[in-house]
Amino acid sequence: MTATAAPPAARPTAPARLRRQPWDLYAALAATAVFALAALWPDLLATQGAFTMDLANTLQPPSAAHWFGTDEAGRDLYSRVIHGTAASLGIGIGAAAVSLTLAAVLGALAALGNRATSASVGWLLEVAFAFPALLLSLLLIAVLGPSILTLILAVGIGTAPGYARMVRGQILGAKDSPYVEAAIALGHSRGRILRQHILPNSLRPLVAVFALSIGQSIVWASSLSFLGLGIAPPAPEWGALLDAGRPYITVAGWLTVIPGVVIVLLALTTTTLGRHLQSFLEKGEK
Amino acid sequence: MTLTSSSETDAAVPGREAGAPRRGPATLRLVAGKAVGAVLVLLGAATAAFFAQASLPGDRATVILNIRAGQAIARTPEELAPINAEYRLHDPLIVQYLTYLKGLVVGDLGLSYQQHRPVIAIIADQLGATIVLTLTALAFAWIIMVVWVTLTAGRGPVVNALGGFFDTTAAGLPHYWLGIILLLVFALTLGWFPVIGGTGAVGIILPALTLAIPLAGFLGQATRTEFERSLDSPFVLSARMRGMSDVGIRLRHVLRHAVLPAVTLSGWALGATISGAVVVEAVFARPGIGQVLVTAVSSQDMPVVIGIVMLVAAFYVLANLLVDIAYVLIDPRLRRAS
Repeated sequence: MTATAAPPAARPTAPARLRRQPWDLYAALAATAVFALAALWPDLLATQGAFTMDLANTLQPPSAAHWFGTDEAGRDLYSRVIHGTAASLGIGIGAAAVSLTLAAVLGALAALGNRATSASVGWLLEVAFAFPALLLSLLLIAVLGPSILTLILAVGIGTAPGYARMVRGQILGAKDSPYVEAAIALGHSRGRILRQHILPNSLRPLVAVFALSIGQSIVWASSLSFLGLGIAPPAPEWGALLDAGRPYITVAGWLTVIPGVVIVLLALTTTTLGRHLQSFLEKGEK
Repeated sequence: MTLTSSSETDAAVPGREAGAPRRGPATLRLVAGKAVGAVLVLLGAATAAFFAQASLPGDRATVILNIRAGQAIARTPEELAPINAEYRLHDPLIVQYLTYLKGLVVGDLGLSYQQHRPVIAIIADQLGATIVLTLTALAFAWIIMVVWVTLTAGRGPVVNALGGFFDTTAAGLPHYWLGIILLLVFALTLGWFPVIGGTGAVGIILPALTLAIPLAGFLGQATRTEFERSLDSPFVLSARMRGMSDVGIRLRHVLRHAVLPAVTLSGWALGATISGAVVVEAVFARPGIGQVLVTAVSSQDMPVVIGIVMLVAAFYVLANLLVDIAYVLIDPRLRRAS
């Protein structure tokens, strides 16, 4: 009975072995290359245009001619997914940039501002936190009306409070660290300590978080498109493809399953890249 | 919150700043401070929601009439007058704001632009279905998480890595996609469940699972770390020496210690699960406030949008306040911290 529990010494071997052969990193890099190619030069990969209709071949299951099948107007789903990459990836990167910029500014104000600033920004973050991210996004969409820009802002602002809190924690941690104490003891100026020690050390993890949040943002944005509140269906954006496939779910499941798989793959890719970046940056610190 | 294990979970424990006394033996004062903080947060949320509504572009009365008629045309002053009177749009903004706040306190959320009914009645019609779904999902998530972590944590490197991998993957699954897969596999291919769920007992299983699986992964990530730490602790060793079975130790001793972070996260998770419910109700065509919210957002029916958003925010703040207070009551060490 008791022998089934692993001895504590055996535990570190699994991550260590994985680190020696980062197969997941190679897979993620390869996937990134494919996604980047699809976003920048879709015509290299696509077999048809995004809107090329073929009414003789509607709702065809995946085959050699149509790798991902066709939709209700006979459009080739594979080509549509490829052509939609730029829009989806653009929304993800844009939203992640909005989110982290806001987070860096608010987090820095909360951690470094004077008492009043830090208290009021802290309160603002608590307020923003009272709204679950999706609801905050929905509120913005209701006010601004659906569009690509709204989608980027809605997802970016919706996810910002969580990251802002993280930034604040990082900066507060750096402020209390021995190297800052040493710099103060050496008589360095406040500005110099901030520029040379606190900001670089507390903002560096954001590089990894940026990669992580691209995948998250794409998932959020596609959820909104799926609800019919993002990009309207004829466009090949991935969330819109899901939304367009919904009425045909009983007869043509691939129209929703395949774009979903692609979104999950992209999210996994950016998550994996982010994780590796994170451990790489942490190693650099030591 | 010293008991949460990783830095990522730090983001999930709100409601501890404003007004909490720095140090004081009286637990009551701490609890009161947290309650004041929660009220301040809600006031901020209400204010933000009000000004979101007020910032809707265009003349409000025209917007309301057009939403109601489904048109986009200019309106005559005679048409607009009753609307302006009904929604009191000619009052100064500050009066409207105070009226709105007073309404929130007594549970009056205003009139829907589109349905011409009180928002509170619209919500009351649909709230039950969503609450049942959310609570069922939370229960499912806990069951899945406890079984999975108890079976896989601390079982050697391979099983462990596998368990952790599933936690991470499950936590990252988008709700809509998981919902579609479950629908395709269990409702359409196997025929075990109805395709259109309805509100019956069988119909709730797939939607609740859709919400529960990512949540179980999320809670599992937090629990697994604690679980493994507890497996190495002296009380486990002494229990083993007393001849207690491995399963008994895991369930009676280790699990108790390991679930604490997940309890904290559950307060946060309820809010996230309600967000997820919006999507899941759309996938399974279930009635609920999620459906109402999506319709209201696309028709810009602001009182309904704000009513639901405020309700969820209030619920969320309250849940976290209760978790915070429960923590202070359970763990005396926290009474001096924060």
